[in-house]
Amino acid sequence: MKFTQVLTGVLASATLSVSAAADTTLLNVSYDPTRELYQEYNAAFIKYWKGKTNETLVINQSHAGSGKQARAVIDGQDADVVTLALAYDINALAEKKILPEDWQKRLPQNSSPYTSTIVFLVRKGNPKQIKDWNDLAKPGVGIVTPNPKTSGGARWNYLAAWAYALAQPGGNDAKAREFVGQIFKNVKVLDSGARGSTTSFVERGIGDVLLAWENEAFLAIKELGPDKFDIVTPSLSILAEPPVTVVDKVVDKRGTRKVSEAYLEYLYSPEGQEIAAKHYYRPRDEKIAAKYAGQFGKVNLITIDGVFGGWNKAQKEHFSDGGIFDQLYDNRK
Amino acid sequence: MTGFVMQPDSPPSVRTPTRATTEPLWVRVVLIGVAFAFFAVFLLIPLAAVFIEALKKGWDTYANSISTPDSISAIKLTLVVAAISVPLNLVFGVAAAWSVAKFEFRGKQFLISLIDLPFSVSPVISGLIYVLIFGAQSRFGQALRELDIRVLFAVPGIVLATIFVTFPFVARELIPLMQAQGNDEEEAAVMLGAGGFTTFFRVTLPNIKWGLMYGIILCNARAMGEFGAVSVVSGHIRGLTNTIPLHVEILYNEYNFVPAFAVASLLAILALLTLCVKSFIEWRRGDLEA
Repeated sequence: MKFTQVLTGVLASATLSVSAAADTTLLNVSYDPTRELYQEYNAAFIKYWKGKTNETLVINQSHAGSGKQARAVIDGQDADVVTLALAYDINALAEKKILPEDWQKRLPQNSSPYTSTIVFLVRKGNPKQIKDWNDLAKPGVGIVTPNPKTSGGARWNYLAAWAYALAQPGGNDAKAREFVGQIFKNVKVLDSGARGSTTSFVERGIGDVLLAWENEAFLAIKELGPDKFDIVTPSLSILAEPPVTVVDKVVDKRGTRKVSEAYLEYLYSPEGQEIAAKHYYRPRDEKIAAKYAGQFGKVNLITIDGVFGGWNKAQKEHFSDGGIFDQLYDNRK
Repeated sequence: MTGFVMQPDSPPSVRTPTRATTEPLWVRVVLIGVAFAFFAVFLLIPLAAVFIEALKKGWDTYANSISTPDSISAIKLTLVVAAISVPLNLVFGVAAAWSVAKFEFRGKQFLISLIDLPFSVSPVISGLIYVLIFGAQSRFGQALRELDIRVLFAVPGIVLATIFVTFPFVARELIPLMQAQGNDEEEAAVMLGAGGFTTFFRVTLPNIKWGLMYGIILCNARAMGEFGAVSVVSGHIRGLTNTIPLHVEILYNEYNFVPAFAVASLLAILALLTLCVKSFIEWRRGDLEA
């Protein structure tokens, strides 16, 4: 008897603490490196929304590898909005009819309120003299990158290397393939997500260079000390556009469409842009971009649509089962 | 007994055992040394490291990192999950052990293998099983969604995965014990006119008391510490579906090393407590059997 009383007590308090807190809750399902960004942005948006509508919001966050998160939403994770690493992962949701095919046209600039690119994080003083992509293919250089099969960031890494090889004089697909194969021969660890790779390089001290999101590289330096690492911006890299969208099936069921849309639109406002820039994402807003221009290295950015004909095509050619990445990785020994 | 065998006329100064009954000194030193070194490297140093890291910035930081809303919700959730899954597994485990140990029936071996299944399956797979059953892509999952019942990425899913993973602990502990005790006492009770429930509560249960406690403690430790299966079904929503182990991973990945170790130290303390209670139970059990 006593025990059941205790149990019901515990259960009741648990359900109460979950449900009593707020008027509306939103769930933002995001990828790995955006944790700090959305922590600050959520606080700003809650304040803005309270001022505008007098409604109290609670915004919950979930973070993991981009592909894994898309999978969770497909399996029924009730995300009001998704803010993932690449359009391909949201396309996967569209394929399951969770949101419409033309989702990427619903917000300005390919639904990517901020951009990023791929840079190199090297050990202080750059002992291996890594300056550009071709230095990565040299023997004896230890590379850390996440696995392109599971990590959005890693796919950008891989495609940036490919695009660099194409842009060299006399570059073609065969040469690019050989070049990227050589780079992957130098890879020491393939972690499943971007944050795991950073930890391997920074905490466990593996490898000479980490291929990382620009924001992730800056964050590692900020958190762990500028005396330990340097950022190297290669001559050419890829314009990474991490897209955001509301999840139609969920917001329509929960009745949260209006606030979810406002949440994403506010990312484009000066305040949202400023927060993104503060967390080392490249802002779209030109004024804010000018303000933070000194923070980011100058780099020639190519786009996925321009060089690879969009994500669906790139994904199919390079990262599907038995695709070019699989062939290269199997042959590297 | 060998320790007491002494030659009656040997002088008291000759106390070292003879060559025939013991290993040479260096072998003993090396063996014991290796055992201790292994113990220190693999258990003591990591355990100490958890507490040293957790207290690196002093008590205040330690207390603060344990009492953030996210940490408290993780602790609460872990307690709730254990409070549901351990009693259920207690009932299931006793029922399973009782039927296996006290009765003969067809398919008994099969039942025993089923009980062992969660031990032989990787926890990640245990979690994925529930994603396949309750996920929005399955028909059953879809039906539940229509009824607005959330299993996956919510507390029920975490409880289910935990129950699955911790199922064998109680049953595995009880089966050999009950088999060794045989049916004699129960038969006597029934002959004297006791009913099924009386027999169980007044004869069987007192006999398996200590073994049962031991099983519950192991079950509880695993229920609170489970990572793999829970990670798959949790959805990682901070403040809502993160248990202590998941919360530790998140903190660590956010470069919050001290809070990560502070929260991890809670699990370490739980492990030490478990060890103490376990030793106590073993000691009581030894006492009773002697």
